Amino acid sequence: MSRKLRFGVLAAAALLAGSTTATAGGQPSPNAAEGATIAVVTHGQASDPFWSVFKRGVDDAAAAMGSNVTYSAPATFDMVEMASLIDAAVATNPDGLVVSVPDFDALQPSLAAANEAGIPIITVNSGSDNYQEIGAITHIGQDETIAGAAAGQRLVDAGATNVICINQEVGNAGLDARCAGAAESIEAAGGTLEVVQVDLNDAAGAQSTISSTLQADDTIDAVLALGPTGAAPALAALDELGTTGDTLLGTFDLSPEVIQAIIDGTMLFAVDQQQYLQGYLPIVFLTLNRDNLNTVGGGQPVLTGPGFVDASNAEQVLELTGSGSR
Amino acid sequence: MTTTVVPAIPKAPTDERVARSSPLMRLLIRPEFGALAGAVVVWLLFAWQAGGVWLSWQGTATYVDVSAKYGLTALAIALLMIGGEFDLSSGVMTGTTGMFAGLFAVNSGMHVVLALVLSLVLAVAIGVINGVMVVKSRLPSFIVTLGTFFALQGFNLWLTQRVTGLTNVTGIDAASGYELGRRLFASTMFHIGRAEFSISLLWFVAMAVLGSWVLMRTKVGNWIFAVGGNRDAARMVGVPASATKVGLFVAVAVCGWVHGMVVLFETSRSNVIEGVGQEFYFIIAAVLGGCLLTGGFGSVVGAAFGCLILGMTRQGIPLAGWDPNLNFLFLGAILLAAAFANEAIRRWASTAGRPSQRKIEEAAHDAAVEQDVIAATGDGGGDE
Repeated sequence: MSRKLRFGVLAAAALLAGSTTATAGGQPSPNAAEGATIAVVTHGQASDPFWSVFKRGVDDAAAAMGSNVTYSAPATFDMVEMASLIDAAVATNPDGLVVSVPDFDALQPSLAAANEAGIPIITVNSGSDNYQEIGAITHIGQDETIAGAAAGQRLVDAGATNVICINQEVGNAGLDARCAGAAESIEAAGGTLEVVQVDLNDAAGAQSTISSTLQADDTIDAVLALGPTGAAPALAALDELGTTGDTLLGTFDLSPEVIQAIIDGTMLFAVDQQQYLQGYLPIVFLTLNRDNLNTVGGGQPVLTGPGFVDASNAEQVLELTGSGSR
Repeated sequence: MTTTVVPAIPKAPTDERVARSSPLMRLLIRPEFGALAGAVVVWLLFAWQAGGVWLSWQGTATYVDVSAKYGLTALAIALLMIGGEFDLSSGVMTGTTGMFAGLFAVNSGMHVVLALVLSLVLAVAIGVINGVMVVKSRLPSFIVTLGTFFALQGFNLWLTQRVTGLTNVTGIDAASGYELGRRLFASTMFHIGRAEFSISLLWFVAMAVLGSWVLMRTKVGNWIFAVGGNRDAARMVGVPASATKVGLFVAVAVCGWVHGMVVLFETSRSNVIEGVGQEFYFIIAAVLGGCLLTGGFGSVVGAAFGCLILGMTRQGIPLAGWDPNLNFLFLGAILLAAAFANEAIRRWASTAGRPSQRKIEEAAHDAAVEQDVIAATGDGGGDE
């Protein structure tokens, strides 16, 4: 009789032990070498190609500086979960904290606790409006409203009047700002902009949403995607409708697919915020801060964008995307 | 095992239903035992992997806080599952109630207390709608609440965008009465060194005590077990089955409202997708806590331990420095391990000290024959 019980308990223990040995393997203890211990917490979802380039920057810098970096991100765009990941990072008392702040209200208490604990902070990617308030050394990223306005202006210059803005990460205030910035320039020129929400984990669903929106209103003459996960289904939707090239298409952020589309002439431009730098630089800055008390930025953000990739420079950038750093 | 005294009535056939079982067995058969054991195992695992941080008050505070927040809704889900139903709209309720309270307080300019009361009324209404639809239609609650889940998610997005133009409702921290709401739902209960324990822990413990008392010590608790076991049989012996089920859906909605308010006042804003996807965590917590998907069995205290397992897992992985992508893999493994262990313990405990396998098979055979007879004579159900 009790053999059954023992089997159950053993099976449970074996499962737990199996997952432990598989995962715990290589990770060193926090105070292994002399390198700085830096915790990176972002809102980047693992399935988004944008963040793999960011992570590549973090890893390259960690290797170059000999630092000990832990990287964590919530499994979905969940700010309550992200706040608790910051709490966990603060509890390990690292030499520095790199954090993206897509929703300041939600993350503010956790960031304040990090600041109180005396941990040097650098905000990256999103958070340009709030980094000073939480006592961060600097912010590394682009100003989303400015970038949005620049993208909107490009579309206006190309002749767009009725634009849809594809938001693939509902709830991300940075993406809201991009659409709002673009709307400013487009409305200033007498055009209109409408926001369309899609799910970044459902490419097929996003494509059909975009294509039916375009079919429902044939005066729409331009599509602005807020990232490669929105740009790819937008490209597919234009292809499906046979309006590739007629309907203007611009996006934020790069992927090999986006750059190829620019080379092919099916996409007008991509706003590049060079997220490799957003991963690489804070590791360097925080290590210098620990070893040499350096602070970079002079109280101002360090801007990594907006830069534009268009037909004039797409070929060179494409070569670099192959190595995962653009 | 000297305590086990079997009354030795010579040769008389003993009735296994009144046989005494040992205290150890009574402990093992309890639904919360598996969750307690699991929580200890997971705690030890991360104590070993994460070391000092895990044992520190600050490390403890991070996982206790996360666990408590899961528990705000998960404990009610445990009651609902014992009552034989399911609520997939429980996650989105966090965002829905937060959005309503936020819009009332910020965009309609109401006092926070009024916004709280109104959003609670709406939460109760959603609970009643869920419950009545399930009870009246007799459709699986999985389908009905899947519908409300999607409907609410879309409604939140539509209304928030329409009113604010963004995907967030911000500015509640400037509304009148904000401080009161913050004190109720999002203040720090106590400090230990730099570690902060938030008031959601108090809500969590209070709900666990209340839920457990209702389930184990009141008539309503008996009703919940009864409707989860067999609704029609329960109704025949005089249990108000429909009212009990609707009440459970309302309880889930009210607890979802508390969860929504905690998130709203902690973050000072309401996000349209808040809580979406968390319904699965609530169900995992209830299952880890010994609740059966078929209803009629389970425990609120067990679900509380289930929440602790979830919280420890989520915070333990970054604290131990594991690759965060392993989070779901690990959760899935724990869920399976717990489900298998629970099942093995239950099967062992329910047969140990009972009549021989042959007798059980005979009984099963009799039951099967009876089943065949029912099937042969035509429809078995179809009342109302």
